Amino acid sequence: MANKHIDEATGVETVGHEWDGIEELNNPLPRWWIWSFYATIVFAIGYCIAYPAWPLVDRATAGVLGWTSRGQLAKEMAVEDQRRAGTLAQLAILPIGKIQGNEQLMRAAVAGGRAAFKVNCVQCHGAGAAGSPGYPNLNDDDWLWGGDLNTIETTLLHGIRQPGDDETRNSIMPAFGDGFLTPQQIGALADHVLSLSGKAKDNPAGAKLFEENCAVCHGSDGKGLRQFGAPNLADAIWLYGGTREDVIRQITQPRMGVMPAWSGRLDPATIKMLAAYVHSLGGGEDFQEAVETEGQTKADPNEQP
Amino acid sequence: MSNLEPVTAPGAARLYEKRKPVHPQKVDGPFRRFKWLVMVVALSIYYGTPWIRWDRGPYAPDQAVLVDLANRRFYMFGIEIWPQEFYFVAGLLIMAGIGLFLVTSAVGRAWCGYSCPQTVWTDLFQHVDRLVDGDRNAQMRLERAPWGPKKIAHRAVKWSIYLAISFWTGGAWIMYFADAPTLTQEFWSGQAAPVAYATVAVLTATTFILGGFMREQVCIYMCPWPRIQGAMVDEKSLIVTYKHWRGEPRGSVKKAEKNPGAFGDCVDCNQCVAVCPTGYDIRKGPDIACITCALCIDVCDRVMREVGRPRGLIDYATLEDCEREQAGEPARPAWKALLHPRTIIYFSIWAAIGLGLLFALGVRSHTDISVAPDRNPPFMLMSDGSVRNAYTVKLRNMESRPRDMRVAIEGLPGAEMWTDEIARADAARVLTMPVPADATKPLRLYVIAPAGTASQDFAFTVTSLDEQAEMDTSETYFETPGGEQ
Ligand code: SF4
Ligand code: SF4
Repeated sequence: MANKHIDEATGVETVGHEWDGIEELNNPLPRWWIWSFYATIVFAIGYCIAYPAWPLVDRATAGVLGWTSRGQLAKEMAVEDQRRAGTLAQLAILPIGKIQGNEQLMRAAVAGGRAAFKVNCVQCHGAGAAGSPGYPNLNDDDWLWGGDLNTIETTLLHGIRQPGDDETRNSIMPAFGDGFLTPQQIGALADHVLSLSGKAKDNPAGAKLFEENCAVCHGSDGKGLRQFGAPNLADAIWLYGGTREDVIRQITQPRMGVMPAWSGRLDPATIKMLAAYVHSLGGGEDFQEAVETEGQTKADPNEQP
Repeated sequence: MSNLEPVTAPGAARLYEKRKPVHPQKVDGPFRRFKWLVMVVALSIYYGTPWIRWDRGPYAPDQAVLVDLANRRFYMFGIEIWPQEFYFVAGLLIMAGIGLFLVTSAVGRAWCGYSCPQTVWTDLFQHVDRLVDGDRNAQMRLERAPWGPKKIAHRAVKWSIYLAISFWTGGAWIMYFADAPTLTQEFWSGQAAPVAYATVAVLTATTFILGGFMREQVCIYMCPWPRIQGAMVDEKSLIVTYKHWRGEPRGSVKKAEKNPGAFGDCVDCNQCVAVCPTGYDIRKGPDIACITCALCIDVCDRVMREVGRPRGLIDYATLEDCEREQAGEPARPAWKALLHPRTIIYFSIWAAIGLGLLFALGVRSHTDISVAPDRNPPFMLMSDGSVRNAYTVKLRNMESRPRDMRVAIEGLPGAEMWTDEIARADAARVLTMPVPADATKPLRLYVIAPAGTASQDFAFTVTSLDEQAEMDTSETYFETPGGEQ
């Protein structure tokens, strides 16, 4: 510094600033302080050599220790995979009915299913599994094909109307607009369908048409038949909408949604976990036929939560 | 460290300054005896507290003071704090902070001088120095002496004692976080958690370095508190003061005898500097380096007695009193100095928080319910038209025994509920379930209301089914596709 300013009273150099007549003395730092500061510099240099530190265009300097956050993650994931391996192996071999009897395994399955659902299913069924028009809500108590664990697993394995899968869920609703019925008839039919759930007044013409054309799949009372995947028309839940226009459109030119078959894409354990999770959402049903056909050793329905 | 003495020769700027070792001399007097007392009490509390037992029955630990991080509980004698009651701890911390303001505004940095851990351990280590090397002069002689067998032996003994104290200090700390007798046994058999060994190692090292070697450097350079304290001290605060108008000009007894009337009361014996644990010369005026331990008062009073002059050349005084005394008016009694607006305001705030905490402690319930409605999906239409909402409910039993709890729906006509543990077939408006001792029971709870129900507020209540019949309510919301009507 060219013009040093020395404080008269103390003979100490000042830092050269002044605030309202107050000047700061430039007293030296304690020695340990300055050495600690040098130590941090040495540490920083060592750190830069040992660890990835300097960003380059498409990566960072490697660091002689070879450590990367990605590598550490991989290592931790491997440990975690190892920890889960036993549970997964058990899930893979046990039939899903047996899993339900094992509380601990079931809890693991639901948790794993939740994660797998977020990756594979939310695109159609939504993050909360609440679905949207055309994509079934998995929280409610209305099931097209059945809501027990076995049935859900089958649906997951083979999908809905999945071409190329022999065991896929298949159902076809005829398009009544293709010359089968006139628009007036379709309107009357829609009125009858809506009356089943109290949304319209009785329509005798529509009722007759329903008996002739629809009852074979949906039942005379419109409550549907699960073996055909024929939806219940007498409840409050509508996959393609519950207004008169929605119903007319569905009778005239039905939409029939598809769902991929997950067997072959996901491993059996994951599919079981997904089934367990979907079953746990609030609408899961007890085993019915499936239990009887597979014998008495199956899970006791009384053990259900 | 001082504001008057040039530490750098003019024109010869140095980058750093070597620490000037401080070898405070032994002293006796009322303040020193008080300092002893504080040290014994503080250390006994620190080392002894974890060993106090407190019977809480079979479901809770028997340690009177325990910070149970793993289970997120804080036990303090009859009080058990849960994480959501952390405001008690926050309140205590705020009280501690305001308590410091109060003490500082009343008696200056007395906290620093007597009860700050840095001070207590520094004091302890200085006693070790005296025990091993002798008093101030012997210590300085040894400091200057070249390394030889005697110096090596002395240093080895002294540093081993430092290390033992440091280890004991670090070891005592971890006892607050686990059952002390068990942890001691585990610690020595090598079965304690790695974090226990790491904590002891770190605290041993910091105690050894900060208490054994850095000492006043911590107070002067590292601690932020003296910088903040300036804002709490004013001309009404009692601080350690050298009465320069009485002491100056200084002169030895001999000079004063030869030249009566020319000198003040200070005989320039430098005893006040010799006893100062930070090596400061209080005669230069109030400074960041003075921790208000008042040892210089003890020693100067003795010197005054020996030379037959009135005590109090260095004394606890407010700046206002100093002015008054300088003007020849009589000093006020010390208790008057303690009562001034600042201390009264700080005390009122401190006491108000304390009373608030005591009140909260008295009325707090050991039964608690918290409810979070599901947001995705917000409601579920069922096939018969009824509407289902799901809630994440937490039932808390903060007593150290299992209790049954009754949860009921208040409002929402026609609604029923079931949980992930109680089957839908058993749905009801009132459910009773056991909650384990000292535990939170998380539930996924479904509420179903008949078709046509409008969105509305309602509440869950929980009642403990014991003689206390404690109750808690949580307001929440029922969402339906129709919205509010
Ligand atoms: S101890 Fe008292 S008399 Fe001695 S130097 Fe300090 S102020 Fe002066
Ligand atoms: S100057 Fe006096 S009161 Fe201040 S730290 Fe030193 S001995 Fe203690």
